[in-house]
Amino acid sequence: MAAPSAERLAELNRPTRARLMLSLPTAHCAACMSTVENGLQALPGVRSARVNLTLKRVSVDADPEVTADTLIAALDRLGYEAHELDAGLLSATETDRQGRDLLMRLGVAGFSMMNVMLLSVAVWSGAQDATRDLFHWISAAIALPTVVFAGQPFFRSAWAALRARRLGMDVPISLALILASAISLFETFHSGHHAYFDAAVMLAFFLLAGRYLDHRTRAIARSAAEELAALEVPRATRLRDDGAEEIVAISDLAPGDLVRVRPGARMPADGVVTEGTSELDRSLLTGETLPVWAGPGVPVAAGTVNLTGPLTLRVTAAGRDSSLHRMADLVAVAESARTNYTSLADRAARAYAPLVHLLSFAAFGFWMWRTGGDLRTAINISAAVLIITCPCALGLAVPAVVTAASGRLFRRGLLIKSGTALERLAEVDTVLFDKTGTLTLGTPEPTNLSDHPREVLELAAALAEGSSHPLARALAQAAQAAGIRPAALTDLREVPGYGVEARVRGRVLRLGRADWVGADPLPLTATYLCAGDGSPCRAFTFADRLRPGAAEAVATLRDQGLQVRLISGDTTAAVAAFAARLDIDDWTAEALPADKAALVADLTARGRRVLMVGDGLNDTAALAGAHVSISPASALDAARVASDIVLLGQDIAPLGAALRIARQSARRIRENFALAAAYNAVAVPLALVGLATPLAAAAAMSVSSITVSLNALRLRA
Amino acid sequence: MNILAILIPVSLILGGIGLVAFFWALRRGQFDDPQGDANRILNTDWDDRPKP
Repeated sequence: MAAPSAERLAELNRPTRARLMLSLPTAHCAACMSTVENGLQALPGVRSARVNLTLKRVSVDADPEVTADTLIAALDRLGYEAHELDAGLLSATETDRQGRDLLMRLGVAGFSMMNVMLLSVAVWSGAQDATRDLFHWISAAIALPTVVFAGQPFFRSAWAALRARRLGMDVPISLALILASAISLFETFHSGHHAYFDAAVMLAFFLLAGRYLDHRTRAIARSAAEELAALEVPRATRLRDDGAEEIVAISDLAPGDLVRVRPGARMPADGVVTEGTSELDRSLLTGETLPVWAGPGVPVAAGTVNLTGPLTLRVTAAGRDSSLHRMADLVAVAESARTNYTSLADRAARAYAPLVHLLSFAAFGFWMWRTGGDLRTAINISAAVLIITCPCALGLAVPAVVTAASGRLFRRGLLIKSGTALERLAEVDTVLFDKTGTLTLGTPEPTNLSDHPREVLELAAALAEGSSHPLARALAQAAQAAGIRPAALTDLREVPGYGVEARVRGRVLRLGRADWVGADPLPLTATYLCAGDGSPCRAFTFADRLRPGAAEAVATLRDQGLQVRLISGDTTAAVAAFAARLDIDDWTAEALPADKAALVADLTARGRRVLMVGDGLNDTAALAGAHVSISPASALDAARVASDIVLLGQDIAPLGAALRIARQSARRIRENFALAAAYNAVAVPLALVGLATPLAAAAAMSVSSITVSLNALRLRA
Repeated sequence: MNILAILIPVSLILGGIGLVAFFWALRRGQFDDPQGDANRILNTDWDDRPKP
């Protein structure tokens, strides 16, 4: 074999082009698709972009130097919110294969249903003798392979259920499929009048339709939820004895190790600061919005974010013993306390399956006795009972409603992760909100800019631009938005953990913590500006920015008659002010993670069904313990994993609609069960006395399935 | 009744062609984004000439 040419080698070595996946929670229309696709394709290095509206996702083919951040920024300019998804973790291909498999079986079942039905109509309208037998034989040739191929999902799960000594919904389904085919083959062989081939394939078709709908809803939710969870990489920078840095997995850290944490990074383990000063954002851990000072000797907890200066930590507890893991233990305890919820469908199946088998056996026994041992009649009737009672409508009742409801919620930016979340959401009577990051965005916003004269603002803006601290950035942005030009300064420098200082006309100006600049601290989130000339210090106060739709969501929930409560780890003053802003009377401040979980457990013990909405690590135990839980997409992955529903957009207003839709869909599911039961109440007696012809079975089956699906679709209106 | 000998195979073959077309569409990923495709026809891009 010839050696590959130089060009070929160069081509092989060229970095492969990057494939980026972004989640687009707000995309919903044809215009959105072309705006996003054209906007992305106009960027340098982007080769193609394609939006998948069903999954609310865009996949971008681009040169390797294009990063997700540039794409997200470009989409933000276009007015679309986007989050990066880990393309490597995309399990979409696998779930897709499952979906395609089901769809293919559905297609085959549909094809044979139509053909067999054509032949059956001829038989029902009076084909006789040899013609009838011929039609039955052709039906058999189409139906038997179809039942073998299309029925596999049911056979497999029925077998699994039987081996586990349970009676699932799939056992009567499989039995009906097999018995119907076998009886019909036997009848055809003996030139009988009735064959149920059409019923067997129709059964397979309708049940597969329900199965596919069910799969589709769950696949969309699962893939999006998994991809969101893949954003954080658990790595730390460890300092070796010779002072060199090495990147290690967090699980490899041991107590005594020295770890460097850069500004903006999260503490990988519990430790004590040995070098450097900075400020820490503990909001995800405790809900506090006010940054905390950190310097040598100060203990820090894993999960807090380092804000301004680089820190070196000596690890005191890592892995299992760190506070992060103690939080995880709390979650495990809360989860086990959550009562095992049985879905409506499971409860129906549990009552239904034994009843169906019993009825069929009873019919068999009765007709054996009545006809004096005519096996053929007895088996025929018991098979008819099984076919008639086969939960065709029941199999569609839940998936059709859940598909309609989650489609509607998905369009509003709510992702249902758990199959029973809708049913549980419908039962909620108490809503518990976390504050920081849930009802607020966790980003500060200056509240008293207008109290200061323009020249003070110019100085403050100039100083604030010298720091990446969240308060400084918020101040600089607000000043820019207000049209304030930063003053000219010299010798600008940031003192990590304290603030920023600079010279202006020979005076030293400082913007930062109260004790550093020499001001009297206020009981609010604030930063202070002092000139070193004895003039009074200026305080810039901040409030956490309200999440869009927060007030609306709280008002809607209260209008629906729900009790709304607020529980936060933030200081009493901050929580009180915030609760007054949203008009929430029932609030708790300075709550530890265990307190939140305890409140949820206490409410549950008093018979309340709690919906917990939270985003932080301190909320995870409460999220896991609540009857149903929701977290925003910006939440930590631990919180998102613990919750049943993820809010994809920034706006929290859809929450009110979510509860309404959930209640509506629970009602529809019940109606569907009632419809299916009513149909059985009419058809079963007919089958028991031996009056059910294949035509009656086919008519009843299709009418009930269609009624149930239409009832589910009413939800969309 | 001899017409049946022609019509039945014809109906089966026509149905079979439909089934094969469905398999082809499925394998080509045409059912991956039903909502997006439903909306794409409203798009006016490439209405005057095909996409190169």
